[in-house]
Amino acid sequence: MIEGAPLPAVTEESAPFWEACARGELRIQACSNCGLLRFPPRPMCPRCQSIDAEWKLMSGRGRIWSFVVPHPPLLPAFMPLAPYNVVVVELEEDPAIRLVGNLLPSAEGAINEVDPATIRIGEPTQVVFQPAGEDIVLPRWVRAPASTVPPER
Amino acid sequence: MTTPIKDRTAVAGIGQTAYAKSLEGTELSLACQAIKAALDDAGIAPSEVDGMSSYAMEANIETEVARSVGVGDVTWFSQVGFGGGAGCGVVGNAAMAVASGQCTVAVAWRGRKRGARTSRPWAQTAERVKGLGEWSRPWGLVRPVDEIAMLTRRYMHEYGATRDHLANVALAFRKHANRNPAAQMHAKEMTREDYMAARWISEPLCLFDNCLETDGAVACVVVSAERARDLRQPPALIHAFGQGLNRQHQTMTNYHRDDPLTGPAWAASEALWRYADVGPDDVKVAQIYDAFSPLIPLSLEGYGFCKRGDGGDFTNDGALEWPNGRLPTNTSGGGMSEAYVHGFNLIVEGVRQIRGTSTSQVEGADVSLVTSGEGVPTSALLLVEDR
Repeated sequence: MIEGAPLPAVTEESAPFWEACARGELRIQACSNCGLLRFPPRPMCPRCQSIDAEWKLMSGRGRIWSFVVPHPPLLPAFMPLAPYNVVVVELEEDPAIRLVGNLLPSAEGAINEVDPATIRIGEPTQVVFQPAGEDIVLPRWVRAPASTVPPER
Repeated sequence: MTTPIKDRTAVAGIGQTAYAKSLEGTELSLACQAIKAALDDAGIAPSEVDGMSSYAMEANIETEVARSVGVGDVTWFSQVGFGGGAGCGVVGNAAMAVASGQCTVAVAWRGRKRGARTSRPWAQTAERVKGLGEWSRPWGLVRPVDEIAMLTRRYMHEYGATRDHLANVALAFRKHANRNPAAQMHAKEMTREDYMAARWISEPLCLFDNCLETDGAVACVVVSAERARDLRQPPALIHAFGQGLNRQHQTMTNYHRDDPLTGPAWAASEALWRYADVGPDDVKVAQIYDAFSPLIPLSLEGYGFCKRGDGGDFTNDGALEWPNGRLPTNTSGGGMSEAYVHGFNLIVEGVRQIRGTSTSQVEGADVSLVTSGEGVPTSALLLVEDR
């Protein structure tokens, strides 16, 4: 847990995502009519315009699409951790669904513990869940064995 | 092909305050001074102003500005959203309003004090974040530079762009600033070694990939082409104008789109060139929004100066440098080395190139492109000489 780091507000639109995280599940909004996955969540399907949606359980497997290594000046909460990594992970179910996260050495690790020089675009990852304070659990990522994720397109 | 706005209006006056890390006076005072300077430049009295065009982010609202400057009865006013993407849209909307007769003399401006570190919006991130930030801030992706760095690393990975390409951008703009006494970096030269040794801000971006933070204000006056011809400055005709918000775009976080490396510039480009009598090959000088250096290759691709993925290579061999480059760009130093007034200083430099009064004047600059922020819903202007 990062003391003082910003937390999600949890709105009507986003609550199902955060409630799933609290249960240790990665769920992404999907159109009930045509099945299109969409993220961040929104009230209408941009493909078929249905307003009916459900939250589909994901495998939690993905791949690093890109990453950055922030240095100061930063928000006070992140200063003691700098430099740390932030990754964008594309999901196995649909590579156009991309989530911001951090790459950790283990499910209990910190966001500045993986040597940034070793991070590679395309690396397979697996979601883990970390309590982040108050009622919030954040999805973050650890490295996954290559064999569990299909190769990059 | 004619359109209701092509060459029908012109920028007839430009004005600016000093640019500095810290200026005396309020933001409102700076905005008023820039507007007054632009009206004086055009030779138009404040009481004649009947149109006002501004950024939605502008803190100096129309009523306050109008009451201070002594503007007359205003019959048209409008704001454009999305921060640094607004600039050319603010001027383009004024052009549409004048061309359609909603007003006759429109002022457009941007004024702000951002020199102080505490004034930066990211530093005021809420404890509980909603909206788009809900999906990035909790993980430490907080600043605009972090968001652009994310796209940049992927861009480098896909197309082989390098830090040397980004250095080409930073060094070209610094050279132009060194020739411009109004630039914040006028007296500070920079070498490639300086660039490579600079501290990281968000890897792969370093200090010199970032724009400056500036106290300052900039304004311009838009009137009909006929009126402009009777005024004291050579008109910079507004030949074409485009705004763009491409399909499934998300402000600053285009990685939520299926194809993240094509941004709003691609849509603005379509609108810009659609009815223009000229194309990218005819552009003699460009002012391209540079909050961050990688926005230059991305914009060069979006506006059709090179193929997708070739934006890095385009910057080689001094292509962006005055006087002999293929496309002298940000000839006053741009946001990275002149001042960062949310891109509005790029617009007045685009006008100066048409007038022939830039400190890095491109010879025969009869077609001058200005773009606003890529990575957010954006806009672009094509200014031409009156022939």
